[in-house]
Amino acid sequence: MNGARNANAGVGRAASQIHRVLTEAWRLQPLYVSLYAILLSFVVGGVLISIIGVNPFTAYWALLRGMVGGGDEIAGSVARSVPFIGSALALAFAFRAGLFNIGAEGQLLAGGITAAYVGALSWMSDLPGFVAIPLILIAGTMGGAIWGGIPGVLRTKTGAHEVISTIMLNSLVLFGVRWMVNSRDPVVLRDTESTVPRTDPISDTAVLPELVDSQPVLHVGLFALVGICFVVAFVLKRTTFGFEVGTVGLNPHASHYAGINVNRVIVASMAASGAFAGLAAASEISGTNGFFQPGTFFLMGFDGIAIALLARTNPVAIIAAALLWGSMLSGAPLMQQEADVSIDVVRIIQAMVLLFVAADAIVRYLFRVRELDQSPFKATSIEGAV
Amino acid sequence: MAQASGGAARPVLEVEGITKAFPGVVANDDVSLTLNQGEIHCLLGENGAGKSTLVNMVFGLYRPDQGTIKVRGEEVHFEDSGDAIARGIGMVHQHFQLIPVFTVAENIILGNEVTKGAFLDLDSARRQIDSLAERYGLAVDPDATVGDLSVGEQQRVELVKALFRDADILILDEPTAVLTPGEVDDFFGVVESLTGQGKSIIFITHKLREVLAVADRITVLRAGQVVGTATAEGATQQSLANLMVGRDVVFRVDKAEADPGAPVLRTQDLRVADDRGVETVTGFDVEVRAGEIFGIAGVEGNGQRELVEAICGMRPTAGGRVEMLGQETTDWSPRKINELGVAHVPENRSKHGVVAQYTIADNLVLNRYHHRKFSQRGVRNTAAINAEAQELVEQFDVRTPGVDAVIDTLSGGNQQKVIVARELTGDLKALVVAQPTRGLDVGSIEFIHRKIIELRDRGVAVLLVSAELDEILSLSDRIGVLYRGRLAGTVNAADATREELGLLMATGSSGGQR
Ligand SMILES: Nc1ncnc2c1ncn2[C@@H]1O[C@H](COP(=O)(O)OP(=O)(O)OP(=O)(O)O)[C@@H](O)[C@H]1O
Ligand SMILES: [Mg+2]
Repeated sequence: MNGARNANAGVGRAASQIHRVLTEAWRLQPLYVSLYAILLSFVVGGVLISIIGVNPFTAYWALLRGMVGGGDEIAGSVARSVPFIGSALALAFAFRAGLFNIGAEGQLLAGGITAAYVGALSWMSDLPGFVAIPLILIAGTMGGAIWGGIPGVLRTKTGAHEVISTIMLNSLVLFGVRWMVNSRDPVVLRDTESTVPRTDPISDTAVLPELVDSQPVLHVGLFALVGICFVVAFVLKRTTFGFEVGTVGLNPHASHYAGINVNRVIVASMAASGAFAGLAAASEISGTNGFFQPGTFFLMGFDGIAIALLARTNPVAIIAAALLWGSMLSGAPLMQQEADVSIDVVRIIQAMVLLFVAADAIVRYLFRVRELDQSPFKATSIEGAV
Repeated sequence: MAQASGGAARPVLEVEGITKAFPGVVANDDVSLTLNQGEIHCLLGENGAGKSTLVNMVFGLYRPDQGTIKVRGEEVHFEDSGDAIARGIGMVHQHFQLIPVFTVAENIILGNEVTKGAFLDLDSARRQIDSLAERYGLAVDPDATVGDLSVGEQQRVELVKALFRDADILILDEPTAVLTPGEVDDFFGVVESLTGQGKSIIFITHKLREVLAVADRITVLRAGQVVGTATAEGATQQSLANLMVGRDVVFRVDKAEADPGAPVLRTQDLRVADDRGVETVTGFDVEVRAGEIFGIAGVEGNGQRELVEAICGMRPTAGGRVEMLGQETTDWSPRKINELGVAHVPENRSKHGVVAQYTIADNLVLNRYHHRKFSQRGVRNTAAINAEAQELVEQFDVRTPGVDAVIDTLSGGNQQKVIVARELTGDLKALVVAQPTRGLDVGSIEFIHRKIIELRDRGVAVLLVSAELDEILSLSDRIGVLYRGRLAGTVNAADATREELGLLMATGSSGGQR
């Protein structure tokens, strides 16, 4: 017991040193827990890797080079991260309104299929790009918004909890699009000329311009999603609508008393959340795939939950968290090739990050991060949003 | 009560030279206090004087910056409240800490579970609770769900909970602020039986009458410092009030004769159901005219909450109608009613009145953040919001380091001042106030009463709901007694007596006729 305490004190001292650098030099107070969670996960992951008989430093070095080892790697990592920004925003925005939207997975599919359908309409090829591209993005955004808005409406009209209804809607759209894309009789949205199940290719005019021909392709959708993060940050922090969202999220009773239309805010927040996922899906369809395949967005919505929580639902921090998430996935194959460590190890590390972020008491204890230091109250004024 | 019976008083708790600072405020500045065995020690002070902070340190919730705490002569350093409980200290907080969906027994054993193998031993817990209840006259039903209990009952649960953990030093932070007069009497009965059996009590209250009735000794704090100690014998309400506030306090509100104008607020046969669907307002008729204060007296639970919420649009009506300024406003939204010029000070401060995590400034614009002054094209004008907040904070004497402080860091009384400041400003036609001075110190009560009268004199129609008969009597021009959801009688304040009102409140009729 005592020995363990001493060892722990040693780790603790090192940890508080790190803590000091982060607080005093970098001013990252609100994100401590997340940073430490990442650190801790990599340490535990390293232990795992050495248990399977590989030098963790070799493995991590390969992973790092896979992530940012060269221009192509960096571009590939960024490209991989872009849609995560949207799926994370989908959770984060609803979260501010006190809603737990775990339906990004379905909202991505709804947005993706709508974008693919609109993009492949025959008259799209007659339109100039500066019309066709916004059109396909708006279509996807709308698809996501509707699919996100439904649980909001159900919540206000029937009291159905959004966690349950988003799960149901996830299944509904998942099987729905699978059928639409697979079915040959009747043909719904399947491209009959293709051997694999997918929709018709979208018109060339609706393809987002490419930035780097990396793997996957890095396209202009990056700017759209990064831009949206700043817009959302501004909306939450500076607008009356953002104030309403935050107020409803923190105290719906007081919101009602103060004259805020709580139901309207709930529906609007859910729809906006879905819209972010829909936009991410549309930009992928338009910029990367060129058609819709069921399975394209597999797990992307659920990863979004982890990313949003890692970023503490801060829209700007989401950009960084999504980049980390996407590049880890993008770098993992090189680690598998060179160090013979399965890609799944990266998935395990990511799962641990989420675990440590959610169970932040562990991190606070290890790194001596006191929540109750001076003021026992967390400032969650909307001014504290960014 | 237990005057140093025979031998020398034995101190069970000694606080010596305690200092505690929060960002921007020194909440306690070199405070010392001694609590003797079997004594009731009252802690008095204005809102924000540092009373809760002091007792929170004794209970291990905050750590002092300086100074020592001794329990039964032994110096202690509490890491958390668990350490304090282990030393026999129990606390009933200003805001209760019970879990509404649990039963009384479950709440009481929470954190101190009696187990039999892997299972909760609720039976033996129940027996212990019953025996405690009997010993101290604390009637609680172990199987009732806490959410269904009245405030007074919840308070008894909190007390039993502390006693269940063998506390013999009890800290009671404003226990009577939310009790009805009857419950207060019961409560003092309990307190006496506790000290009679050797428990020692620190008792915080703003009600000077209570202090004089129960205290053995009194310590007065002002701005974090001890400004005086007294015994109940030597003190009067006036002397205590002056000591607390540091100036002469006027208890009696001076007001001119009312000059009522046209009717502003009218209800006809109003019926409203509570959360369980039971109709608690059962045909309520009232007419409040411009420039008068209509006070509604009554034992709590006779429909006050539902009545106020229905008038202000927060709760759907079940029948009848509400009219304001000549328009029918039945079931209008709170926003629409508010924009007519109707303000509402809600009864439940933390549930409706504030967003605890917001700053003072954001709370001050909670219902008008969207006005052109504070928002242009949907974008908030932070400068204007802060300027307004700064002005209101000064005008209403909210004690805070700044308008960007999170409201939850304010003392309870100062939070109420923020709400009052928000509601009492603007172009008002009518004002609905429920329990406006609950938990406020005498100085602040005086101030808020003056503000309400000022509004009346400017022609605002005021509907005042209060459980404090004194407040009703000193503010109102006309008084109605709410009994089982309807007005049992209306009297002119000038002719009203406590006795007559008390009878109406208790029986719904003023005697004479059966
Ligand atoms: N956690 C905190 N963070 C910052 N300031 C605080 C905190 N708690 C209390 N304060 C400040 O310390 C001072 C004393 O507050 P305290 O709650 O002790 O007052 P009080 O005497 O209990 O008042 P009341 O009668 O209104 O309950 C106030 O100015 C308050 O704003
Ligand atoms: Mg207090």
